[in-house]
Amino acid sequence: MNDTLYNNRTVEGFLLSSLVWGVFGIVFGLLISVQLWEPAFNFGPFLSYGRLRTLHISILAYGLGLGVIFGLFYFMLVRLTKRGLVFPRLARFHLWLWNIGVVVAGASLFLGFTQSLEYAEFEWPVDIVVVIIWVIFAVNIFASVFLREEKQMYVSLWYMLASVLAVAVLYLVNNIAIPAGLTKSYHIFSGINSANMEWWYGHNIVGFLLTTPILAMFYYFLPVSTKLPIYSHRLSIVAFWALVFTYLWTGAHHLVYTPLPDWIQTLGIVFSLILIAPSWGSVINGFFTIESDWSKLQENYLTKFFLAAITFYGLQTIQGPGQSVRVISGLVHYTDWVIGHVHMGTMGWVTMTATACMYYVFPKIYNTEIFSVKLANSHFWLVFIGQLMYSFTMWIAGIQQSVMLKQLNSDGTLANTFMDTLVAIYPFWILRTVAGLIFTVGMVIFILNIVLTIVKGRSLSQSRA
Amino acid sequence: MSNKPDNSIYSKPLIFSVIALVVILIGSVITAFYPLIRADMHPKLDNLHPYTPFELAGRDIYQREGCGYCHSQNVRPLKTDVLRYGAYSQAGESAYERPFLWGSRRTGPDLARAGGKYHDNWHTLHTLNPRHFSPKSNMPAYPWLENALLSPAAVEANVKAYGYINYSPADIQFLEGKTELAALTAYIQSLGRGVKKEGFGYRVGTVEDYKNFLAKGVRGTVDQGQGIYTNECAGCHGVDGKGSAQGKLSEGISTMNLKDAREMGYEAADMYVQIFNGLEQLMPPYGNVLSSEQIDSLILYIETLERR
Ligand code: HEC
Ligand code: HEC
Ligand code: HEM
Ligand code: HEM
Repeated sequence: MNDTLYNNRTVEGFLLSSLVWGVFGIVFGLLISVQLWEPAFNFGPFLSYGRLRTLHISILAYGLGLGVIFGLFYFMLVRLTKRGLVFPRLARFHLWLWNIGVVVAGASLFLGFTQSLEYAEFEWPVDIVVVIIWVIFAVNIFASVFLREEKQMYVSLWYMLASVLAVAVLYLVNNIAIPAGLTKSYHIFSGINSANMEWWYGHNIVGFLLTTPILAMFYYFLPVSTKLPIYSHRLSIVAFWALVFTYLWTGAHHLVYTPLPDWIQTLGIVFSLILIAPSWGSVINGFFTIESDWSKLQENYLTKFFLAAITFYGLQTIQGPGQSVRVISGLVHYTDWVIGHVHMGTMGWVTMTATACMYYVFPKIYNTEIFSVKLANSHFWLVFIGQLMYSFTMWIAGIQQSVMLKQLNSDGTLANTFMDTLVAIYPFWILRTVAGLIFTVGMVIFILNIVLTIVKGRSLSQSRA
Repeated sequence: MSNKPDNSIYSKPLIFSVIALVVILIGSVITAFYPLIRADMHPKLDNLHPYTPFELAGRDIYQREGCGYCHSQNVRPLKTDVLRYGAYSQAGESAYERPFLWGSRRTGPDLARAGGKYHDNWHTLHTLNPRHFSPKSNMPAYPWLENALLSPAAVEANVKAYGYINYSPADIQFLEGKTELAALTAYIQSLGRGVKKEGFGYRVGTVEDYKNFLAKGVRGTVDQGQGIYTNECAGCHGVDGKGSAQGKLSEGISTMNLKDAREMGYEAADMYVQIFNGLEQLMPPYGNVLSSEQIDSLILYIETLERR
């Protein structure tokens, strides 16, 4: 294959490393899910829940998530700009530095070096590495875009540029800290400003890592893999601008019923509701694209991945705004309900889209077909069922616990102690572990399918040569 | 793949990026940056004091161990939150928090009002083995904190970076030989101290209340009492009511032996008052968590213990 044009080796490097990190992250996810119903599974300081939970999240976001983003962005970039990367060696260095970064960052979390800011746990030395990695990435993206051969920038490129810019702003601001030593620092913001800044960051880092890049992938890989054109270009334009405008106002929906001034909370809530429109712009675009030819659902095994993914995204972007509203937040905040929301997004939308894209990419790289469509189909159903079971058990557990916590006796006292409510949700937590295992089996099948495709592709190219 | 005219911003990446950046910044500036300079974002309670170096060391350990992923520190202004945890959180409480540790998940109870709820020794035992008090708790045990000693130099560096804290060399010397566990406990005991305990949500149980309850003619049951006792009380008072942790928990306290309670002159109504109101630092108040009927069940159950 033409590696100088397509930089396939770098793309492949990112995607394969991301799968390795994904395995780590999912194993940690399973372990913490067990720890929640069987505390004997906390093994010493490094493997205790408080540290592992962060590892689970960070490795999946910054290992699996970022790896997929880097790999697939480079893949799309060369095709959308119709030219090879401007700095292919830099991209290679990017791959290495990022992998080393994940190792260092992971080790630092095991050791308990943390800023305690969700999604921004890394201490400042790791932050510096993250910034370097991001600058390299941005240089490559912008250089290719500025020197592109195709004049028009396709929708995916807009989302890519916006993601690169937004993450840079978010990461730089919220990570400003006063260092006390190599391994410890304190947020420069304090009190309610610390909270406000963190959730402006937290909501939007999820948005610009787990939503807009995935939309970039969706807008590119859905049409190329199904050969169906995107339904409406105008809708893409409106949805894009409305989304990147609205997103940044909504962080305060994580701080409903806290001492944060009401006007910020209310802005966050109102804009969350507005956010339904641009989110559904893309959902509708996706639906109608697939709707234009339902036979694709039969013919092309990838169509259902995209259909399921965009459906979960659609549900996610209805549920999220709902959770922002005060009465609903009062019920579900702090509970497993939110955990159900999180995993519908991460397992249903992000992982589903990312794996579908990889099914397209690897055969492309090796100029072959996927090893087995059957395996891909079983992967789909396992992940689908595992994810639904995960989310449903958590939604039920969340509501159950919340209602129990709020129940009053006739004389106005609380009906249940905290422990009563905890014991009541243990069965759901056990089911969640089962759901996680089903999901994991699906992911293992996926990885196997990819590896076998590569093996097949390599032997083919050898015999061709 | 597009049908737009060639000279739109979608063919001008620089202009496109600048516009995108501005669009991204509007909401950010208004909801996150502009508040930095607003006075209502910097409130402070009058009687709020910064942490001592010892407490800050404990806070660092709280961060390191990720306690905050299970424990929130924000009592919402909702009836049941206040009943369960105490006065709702105010903006002025967090003035010296960096970063804020309000949390986003309550796998365990909120800790914003945990200070003073239990004795130091309770925390020692609880942190080393949470199952000691709540047999079904899923909180991890933290045995490694018991023998790990603070490093005064490291704590001093942290104190300097943290700011806010006026400290003397004696405060740093004090850290010599102190364990991480002790520091963590000191931190927990400091939580919520800027806020007055009385007020909204705090009710005081009296002998009269119990009489009124009895007058209604509905009694609790021994069975119900046993259930609650096993989950809530046995950790301190022992399964048999003879006290389990008494050596460590009851320093300076004559007894935690419920079997002797009656001999010491405790009437049922006194027990009611005791269970309802708890004892500062020693026994948590149950008045908001248990109904009068449930407390009555406990009393009935405790009376069966006395007879054994
Ligand atoms: C896996 C979640 C989890 C983690 C991590 C955790 N806890 Fe807990 N914690 C709980 C649960 C559940 C309870 C209620 C049952 C009990 O008392 O053990 C609790 C209770 C407490 C209480 C008593 C609160 C009260 O009002 O009765 C304190 C204090 C406490 N934890 C402190 C800590 C500290 C300090 C850490 C970190 C070193 C920590 N917890 C880590 C789950 C957790
Ligand atoms: C954190 C430990 C702790 C817990 C939990 C606890 N207690 Fe106590 N309790 C004490 C201490 C300490 C005393 C004081 C003993 C003394 O004054 O000698 C006490 C005193 C009492 C007394 C007064 C009799 C006496 O011996 O002084 C009664 C009755 C009582 N507790 C009942 C209960 C009941 C019922 C529960 C469960 C709902 C409960 N306690 C939970 C620690 C606890
Ligand atoms: C086998 C599959 C998985 C299992 C068993 C699992 C389990 C868990 C558990 C137990 C928690 C903590 C919940 C709590 O606080 O009560 C959690 C949190 C989280 N997980 Fe997973 N997880 C899995 C897959 C994933 C994947 C694939 C992703 C992302 C790509 C992900 C992202 C997250 C995030 C972001 C949180 C934090 C939620 C919050 O802070 O509210 N998880 N997971
Ligand atoms: C319109 C879009 C969305 C809105 C308005 C929204 C809203 C919310 C709200 C209000 C919460 C906080 C719940 C609480 O703690 O009470 C939340 C949590 C979360 N959401 Fe969404 N959501 C949206 C879409 C998504 C998507 C697409 C993802 C993709 C993965 C996602 C991932 C998360 C995560 C990871 C959290 C947990 C944050 C934490 O506490 O650590 N959300 N969301």
